[in-house]
Amino acid sequence: MTLTLWFSVASATQRREGESVRVMSDREDEREPPYLYPDYVGTRLRAPAKPLVHLPEGFHDFPAPLFPRTIGDLDHDLTRRHAGEPIGERIIVTGRVLDGDGRPLRNTIVEVWQANAAGRYLDQEDQHPAPLDPNFTGAGRCLTDDDGRYRFITIKPGAYPWKNHRNAWRPAHIHFSLFGSWFRSRLVTQMYFPGDPLMPRDPILQSIPDQAGRERLVSRFDPETTVPEWALAYRWDIVLRGRAATPFEDEE
Amino acid sequence: MSGPLTPSQTVGPFFGVGLPFENGEQIVPAGSAGAIRIEGQVLDGNGDPVPDALLEIWQPGAGFGRARTDSEGAFSFMTAKPGATPAPDGRPQAPHLNVTVFARGLLRHLVTRMYFPDEADANAADPVLSLVEPVRRQTLIANNCGGVLRFDVRLQGERETVFFAI
Repeated sequence: MTLTLWFSVASATQRREGESVRVMSDREDEREPPYLYPDYVGTRLRAPAKPLVHLPEGFHDFPAPLFPRTIGDLDHDLTRRHAGEPIGERIIVTGRVLDGDGRPLRNTIVEVWQANAAGRYLDQEDQHPAPLDPNFTGAGRCLTDDDGRYRFITIKPGAYPWKNHRNAWRPAHIHFSLFGSWFRSRLVTQMYFPGDPLMPRDPILQSIPDQAGRERLVSRFDPETTVPEWALAYRWDIVLRGRAATPFEDEE
Repeated sequence: MSGPLTPSQTVGPFFGVGLPFENGEQIVPAGSAGAIRIEGQVLDGNGDPVPDALLEIWQPGAGFGRARTDSEGAFSFMTAKPGATPAPDGRPQAPHLNVTVFARGLLRHLVTRMYFPDEADANAADPVLSLVEPVRRQTLIANNCGGVLRFDVRLQGERETVFFAI
């Protein structure tokens, strides 16, 4: 196996101020994981083998849909969905959802799902012999506020084995799904926890070609948001794509 | 100035607890006027069903649908046929649905389109279909099977579905 070293030195800075929109768009693609990443065995028969078809600029510049369900007041609190409290380390996960220009994305839906503290998903296909928790489903939703901020209360998910290769374990992570403002903004990704020794060995995280990109998926411990005597907090900001072409007029 | 974007990661196999929602496959209610049923299968490079995929259909101005595949890789949607929409250059685009595919093994989502089989003239003039080499265009056009529109998504292989860069 040829896993890229997590500790390798990033060769180039990621800031590209003042370059044209078209160049930005191409560079954005370079920072995404490839479809085919053989170390992640699941990509081998599922990655498209033919090149993607590029459409002229603008064809995918239409607004994101409104999510067709309402969000409940407690949907952001994964620890209060059952009669009792789930087992595990209670945590707060919070951050801002921004566009590429640093503007907050207000009132946008954030969906999360995760394993329980033992590393087990409430999914009948999950065969990991770790206990289910009757007080933990592992799914939540919220809307961002006027500053683009989201906030979940949950328990820290456990690592779990996944049979990709011998002794393969996923680092602890929370899945995130976001819509943003535009069709191109759609993002499904995973948030990791700082200092997790499994990250350098995880082909899903290592599929991201540059270290700076991988680090953007790692939350940081947030002592300011940590609530004394109650829960540690982790902070993680998310930056979504905008339109391929940003007109000078008609800016919000 | 542009900030660094957050990279994508796979939806994984266990999104069922978080993403599907009740009646998510019904963009319009079953039985409503003009409702059409779409059925298909997601298949991998061996032609085997993909039982852990999630599809989303976006129809600007009409609605949003979300459905996962079952153990046979099968999915279905209920929606209404959209009208023609203008392309960015003003030319008309044939009626179509924007289809987004997530799955275990897809490190980024895929974007494709479903066109309608009863729109031969509009499809022939469509600015997006015309960018696709003719032998692959058929992967984007549903088949009418007794009133149900059949639209399979082949992730890889000889009859691989056309996917678009986003």
